[in-house]
Parts: sequence; C-alpha cells; structure tokens
Amino acid sequence: MNRGTWLLGRLAQIVPTFVMIGVAVFVLARLLPGDQVSAMLGERASDDTIARMQAQLGLDRSVFVQLLDFLAAAVRGNFGDSMSLRLPVLQVIAERLPVTLALMAIAVVLALSIALPLAFVAALNANRWPDMLIRTIFQIGLSSPVFYIGLLLLTVFAAGLRWFPVGGYGDDWGEHLYHLFLPGLTLSFSFAAVVMRNLRAGILAVLTAEYVDFARAKGLSAGVVLGRHVLRNALIATVTLVGLHVGALLGGAVITETVFAVPGVGRLMIDSILARDYPVIQALTLVLAILVSLAFLLTDLVQMWLDPRVGR
Amino acid sequence: MSILLDVADLAVVFHTKRGKVHAVDGVGFSVGRGEVLGIVGESGSGKSVTLRAITRLLHGAEVTGRVTWQGEDVLAMDAERLRRMRGGQIGMVFQEPMAALNPVLPIGLQITEALVAHTDLDAAGRQKRALELLDLVGIAAGRTRLGQFPHEFSGGMRQRAMIAIALAANPALLLADEPTTALDVTIQDQILRLLRGLVDDLGMGLVLVTHDLGVIAETCDRVAVMYAGRLCETGAVAPVFAAPRHAYTKALLGAMPGQGQDMLVAIPGMAPRLDTPAAGCAFAPRCGYRMPICDAGRPLLRDVSPGQVSACHAAEALA
Repeated sequence: MNRGTWLLGRLAQIVPTFVMIGVAVFVLARLLPGDQVSAMLGERASDDTIARMQAQLGLDRSVFVQLLDFLAAAVRGNFGDSMSLRLPVLQVIAERLPVTLALMAIAVVLALSIALPLAFVAALNANRWPDMLIRTIFQIGLSSPVFYIGLLLLTVFAAGLRWFPVGGYGDDWGEHLYHLFLPGLTLSFSFAAVVMRNLRAGILAVLTAEYVDFARAKGLSAGVVLGRHVLRNALIATVTLVGLHVGALLGGAVITETVFAVPGVGRLMIDSILARDYPVIQALTLVLAILVSLAFLLTDLVQMWLDPRVGR
Repeated sequence: MSILLDVADLAVVFHTKRGKVHAVDGVGFSVGRGEVLGIVGESGSGKSVTLRAITRLLHGAEVTGRVTWQGEDVLAMDAERLRRMRGGQIGMVFQEPMAALNPVLPIGLQITEALVAHTDLDAAGRQKRALELLDLVGIAAGRTRLGQFPHEFSGGMRQRAMIAIALAANPALLLADEPTTALDVTIQDQILRLLRGLVDDLGMGLVLVTHDLGVIAETCDRVAVMYAGRLCETGAVAPVFAAPRHAYTKALLGAMPGQGQDMLVAIPGMAPRLDTPAAGCAFAPRCGYRMPICDAGRPLLRDVSPGQVSACHAAEALA
C-alpha cells in the first residue's frame, strides 16, 4: 500500500465517524432525563398543549424518521433555534467557537513551550535533582484540578497583583490574547504535565537506541544528535498522546471558561445545560465531537509526516 | 607500518543492580595503516564492548586503561576533539544495521550529515560524494536510494549503506562490528572484499570483530582471540591458525568446519559469568589442558614466538 492510498483511506474514515457521532448525539439527547416539550412549556401544561407542541416539533413521528431528519438537517448546518437565546443555534455556536479554539491554542502553545525543553532537561539528568524537581512540580500540576489552579492563578495574578484581568474576553486581538493568557495557562498545566512525562520517557528510551549511538559514532554534534535523531523519534509517541488529549483539553476548557467568565463554547455548554436548551446542547455536542475527531485526523497526519513508516 | 590505534590494559566495568560486570578485562592490541586486525570470540566475550570503549560510546561504564589514537590519549579527549575523531578519523560499522540506521530519516541525509560534520563540502558536493559512496559499496540507482528510508532497503543494502556512512569522511581506521553476520554468504563475501580493497588501496586500517573464524582466515592480517572479556592470544593469522599457543584458540579452531578433520569438536561447558572474575584462567573450567596452576593464578600475556603473544599456562605444551 502506498502512502497516497493510506491517506485517502484515512480521510474516508471521517465520513462514517461523523455519521456515528451524529447518531450517538441524537440518542444521548433522547436519553437525557426530562423532555424538551415539558422543558419548554413547564410542568403545568395541559396534555392537549403538549400534544400540539410535540406535533409542531415533529416529536410525534417515529424515532427513526426523527433521526434521519436530524442528520439531514445537521448536514445542512441547520440545528434549529436556541430556546433560551432565541437565535439560530449555528449562529450562537459560530460566535463562541473561535474563543474556545483560541483558548485551546494558547494552552497548547504554552504547554508545549513549557514541556519540550523541560522534558529534555529531565531526561538528560534522569534521576538526578533537576529531573526530580521537574517531575515533582509536574506531578502537582497533574494532580491539581483545573478549577483549583484557575482560582489560584486568578487570586494571585488577577485579583492580587492585578497583572491580568479577572475575566472576560476583550474587544481586539491584543486584548483577546491578554484576557486569555491566565485561562490558557490554567488549561495548559495538566496538558504540559502529560506531555512532559511522556516525552521524558520517550527521550530516555531513544537516548540508548542503537541509531543514537551510531549518530554519535559518526561524529555529529550533541545538538544534531538530540534535535534530529532523538527528538524526532521521541515525538512520534508523544504526538499520539497530544492528539488523544484534545478531548480532555475541551473538558478542561468548559471549567476554565466558567472560572474566568470567558464567553466560549464551554460556558455556552454549561449555560445551555442549566437552561435545558436541547437544540444547543445537541448541536454543541456534535460540533465538539467532530472537533475531537478532526484533532485525531490531524494527529495521524503529523504522525505520517514524522514517521515515514506510517502507511507503507 | 605506522601505528594508528594502540590499546593497552583496557578494562570496562558495568555497574549493574546485581553488582559489577567485568565486560572487558585487560585487553591490549594495536592496529597500523593498511592492516586488518580480526577480533574473534564467542557472544559476550567483550568484542563489541571493546570497540565501543575505544570511541567512548558506552553508557554508564567505567573504562580504564590506555587508548591511544595517533599518539593522542582518547580517554582524555575533550568533547569537540572526540567528536572530530569519531567519524572523521575512526569510522564505525555497527552490528545491526536495522537498529543503527535512524528509521525516520532518509538514507541520503544520514550520509550527508556525516559530511556536514567532517568536511567543508557544500550541498551539491555532499550530494555528489553521497552518490560516490553508494556506488562504492555497490548500491545501484543511488539517486533514488538517497531519498529512501531504511525500511525500504534490504538487509544487505542496509549494511552497505551503514558502511557508506562510516566511510563518508575518509576515516583512517574503520571499526567494524560483525559487519557480515546477518548477511547471506554471497553478500558477505562482497562486503569483505570491499573492505579488504579499501585497506589495500587506500591504506585504511581495519578492526573486524567477528565470531566467524572463516572470515578471519580470509580477510585479516592479524587476529586477537578473546574469551570472557580477556585477551587470549594475538598474532599473525597464519601462524596462530597453524599453531595456536592458547588452549582456547586451539579449541575454537577444533570447532571450526573445513579443517580436514572428520568430526567437529565442541567446547564443553558454558562461557563464565562476568560478575566475579576468575582468580585463575577464565577458560580453565572448560579446558582440556587444565593444570593446577590454571586455577591458582591468572596467566599473563607473554611472547610465545616472534609476533605471537598468548596468555596460557599450557602454551609450551601446545607447541
């Protein structure tokens, strides 16, 4: 099999994945306690009113027809209107999604710029004090809940030292970056810890590989040996982990956005759940699931670029 | 003949959780320009460790003794001097080409990076030299091959590619660790001819580690026999093979096919553990010439005939 065929096959997987996500989201929404109609009409609505509302929303049709209807509408990007915000669901999500994506991007960049160099320092000093110190700090980062880290940073750097705003999002790019720095840092902690630990182990395993000894035997400088021969191979395993962690990062974004009052899809999700805004919950779940599966796709592409053996 | 590499009293100790392992224990030899030294011994006799100790590639090992490269003390070299010696003056070929080549980098880059490290060639010059090298080791269609990855090469081609990398910067000495072990006989023969040709034509020195006495007989000028991390016997190949003066060399030759004997003679017993070095001769428990003195004192290397050195109490009995 050549790489082109492999790539096409991998891209084609996207289609059934999305369909299955759609079905799962539809089923999950039906499994939620309470139903859409009584959430809209309240507990005192008469049976007649309920029946009319059900007919209006198409809920009197068979579940299978409703599913097909949902999927067909989803493909066209039509998720109906938000019940609490009285706006098209797609518009609500489109306004909030870039905020969350920016937050996650900041978190990933911060996490990688912390984790990459420290993983090298730890691995090259394995089981000596710099390694111990780095691992201890990251162990704390990994075991502290996101909301706790968030509140801590908020108290010290925003409320106390007043270096950063307490919440919100700002109006232009510079302000966005400024407002999202603390939330991004909060979100990056556990991610950085996971990457650091994994990369440290990867580097340690690769450091004693024959090809690294051979690279040294060729008379390459230490920088070339580490940067070209060690890092590249150690990254292959770490990239997979980073991809798999995007889901966890989204979960963290929900909490972080709540703590820092950032108007992203995480906050939107919480608000919608509290308001029982089913169309938004359903559409948002679908969009986030698709995001995660796109992240997996990206992971596979990066992996293919890093490791020439993939797909051959 | 000028001496390139001189090794004396080389000892390598690994500190493991279960104690010390004396992997190499008092080994000495020298290699000159245009000379091929074969190092032979069973698996675990310290052959590979000896090679890696010479270029200081061992991880967490205690290396003592003297390693002298063209008059310079290798064990005292600073990092930059050591880097220039590795690859630039001493090329190395590893045992497992699949493990020694980086799986994620194209072969071309793995050759040219050695040229970047040791020559002033520009990108075009490096490309040209890389093609020459592939041609030299008998890899056809070099231009395509340079862009390919190790997993796209056959076992024999990987071995050749590794030799091409080791030869990239025209080293004065090549340390080759079982360069032909994994290969079929035809390719083995081609590679040994290639190496011998480089020695004869360019005056390169070559240390060839092997457990195959046939390879030694065909390719080497001198041989060093190792057992349990110790040097048993060194000398020119012909006299050592005709009249071994160490009981282990004799036993090893007896186990080698094609010497006109009807039956191969196996060496009884197993190679010793290296965590507690024997007080006497390490080979004594398996030796047919064993005497009380063999268990009491360690036999020292001594001249047994012109150019032949042996560490065997029974050297005279073998003559």
